Amino acid sequence: MAPEALVCRECDATYPLEARYVCEQCFGPLDVAYDFSDLDPAEARRKIQAGSRGIWRYADFLPFAERPRDPLEPGLTPLIRADRLAERLGLRELWVKNDAANPTHSFKDRVVAVALAKARELGFTTVACASTGNLANAVAAHAAAAGLDSYVFVPSDLEEQKLLATGVYGTRLIGVKGNYDDVNRLCTQLCETRPWAFVNVNLRPYYSQGSKTLAFETVEQLGWSLPDRIVGPVASGSLFTKLGRGFSEWIDLGLVEGDLPTFNGSQATGCSPVATAFAEGRDFCVPQRPETIAKSLAIGDPADGPYALDLARETGGAIDSVTDEEIREGIRLLAETTGIFTETAGGVTIATLAKIAGRGDIDRDECVVAYITGEGLKTLDATRDGFEMHEIEPTIEDLEAELERAGTVSV
Amino acid sequence: MAVTVKIPAQLRGVTDGEGEIEVEGATVGEALDAVFDQHDDLRERITEDGGLRRFVNVYVSGEDIRFSDGLETELSDGDEVTILPAVAGG
Repeated sequence: MAPEALVCRECDATYPLEARYVCEQCFGPLDVAYDFSDLDPAEARRKIQAGSRGIWRYADFLPFAERPRDPLEPGLTPLIRADRLAERLGLRELWVKNDAANPTHSFKDRVVAVALAKARELGFTTVACASTGNLANAVAAHAAAAGLDSYVFVPSDLEEQKLLATGVYGTRLIGVKGNYDDVNRLCTQLCETRPWAFVNVNLRPYYSQGSKTLAFETVEQLGWSLPDRIVGPVASGSLFTKLGRGFSEWIDLGLVEGDLPTFNGSQATGCSPVATAFAEGRDFCVPQRPETIAKSLAIGDPADGPYALDLARETGGAIDSVTDEEIREGIRLLAETTGIFTETAGGVTIATLAKIAGRGDIDRDECVVAYITGEGLKTLDATRDGFEMHEIEPTIEDLEAELERAGTVSV
Repeated sequence: MAVTVKIPAQLRGVTDGEGEIEVEGATVGEALDAVFDQHDDLRERITEDGGLRRFVNVYVSGEDIRFSDGLETELSDGDEVTILPAVAGG
């Protein structure tokens, strides 16, 4: 088993496994193709189960001839049965994949671990990225662990928590006066002149492979079975489509039996180019200028938008959008029913789950997995006005008086 | 209008290695047509049925032309028209 080539998703032109991401024939995106012809599914399962406690247990399905060294291995995050949330939503079997439980508290650790291993293999000494925040944290941390120089480009108006949780690793943090799409354009241009590995530009075909591990873990943690439906966030659409690729690969190779789950994508209404295209029946996205509290999903020109639309339609799913207020409610609903505190992107996912459950899209006997991709401590402003603190003198009488005033029953 | 069209590295194989091409054009579409007149192979690389392929982005002085009038976006003297792949990021 080995990665074979880079292949254009549009015209099937092939290229060697180098730092390249665009087809020179048609400008389509490149993807990694593998040779799995000698794979024995039973042996592959055994090897996985005897593997490391993280994403490298799936090394045979990642773009490396041999398992790379990784000083900060992410993955094997908890898949939690969320019965109290299920009950609130009228569902029977609901699981929450809490990918905030990664080294830098988001799913981006997965893609960055793969991209940095490839950067080292290709001989790069400096890595870089265009980020909405979580990727910035991950690139800075994994570069520090690997001893690589790094440049992290973000919109300068990011949440303070995400800036602090990037700068601490000693990276060169560049705040660009503009939105994410401006940052992305700048990095695409820089890619031509700087000898850097931009994880989500010139290494994007490898980087995106890391997201497949979320699908692999889901299958393994469900006892080698497939969910009926998944709900996840859509920003560029890369995570969403590579979840599909992960499930498909294992179905095709016989590691798991069944059909591809129904794919429900979620976006914030203030940045919903993919949800809008879905609603309007289009196969392309019209770019938007983002205006939402879900900054980690604020990509107005999503690179994988067309493929996310295809996946949702092919599986009988949908791509919905939710308002900022629904996002805040989603964060609270997850916290109050599961004890998991997610960032705004997770609020988008849970709000969308509630929305599709509410409109009756989900059969009661379905097994549903919701993907929580980031940590609530990174977007504290989104929860600031959601509750009241009762301030009292340190006396029992004052507590009783305060609880009575607030209408809370005392015990 | 005299403008500069910037060609990304991935397409310089069909522009004899040229990364910047000076042309005349009142709109983005006219400027691109003027470039295609010099380098005919470029046309099929980035256009399809008269429009841009779906993974091609074009910017005028940093602004995505889809926020303006697309290929009809008007140009001023000295504008930079930048062609870039749309498959990065996220």
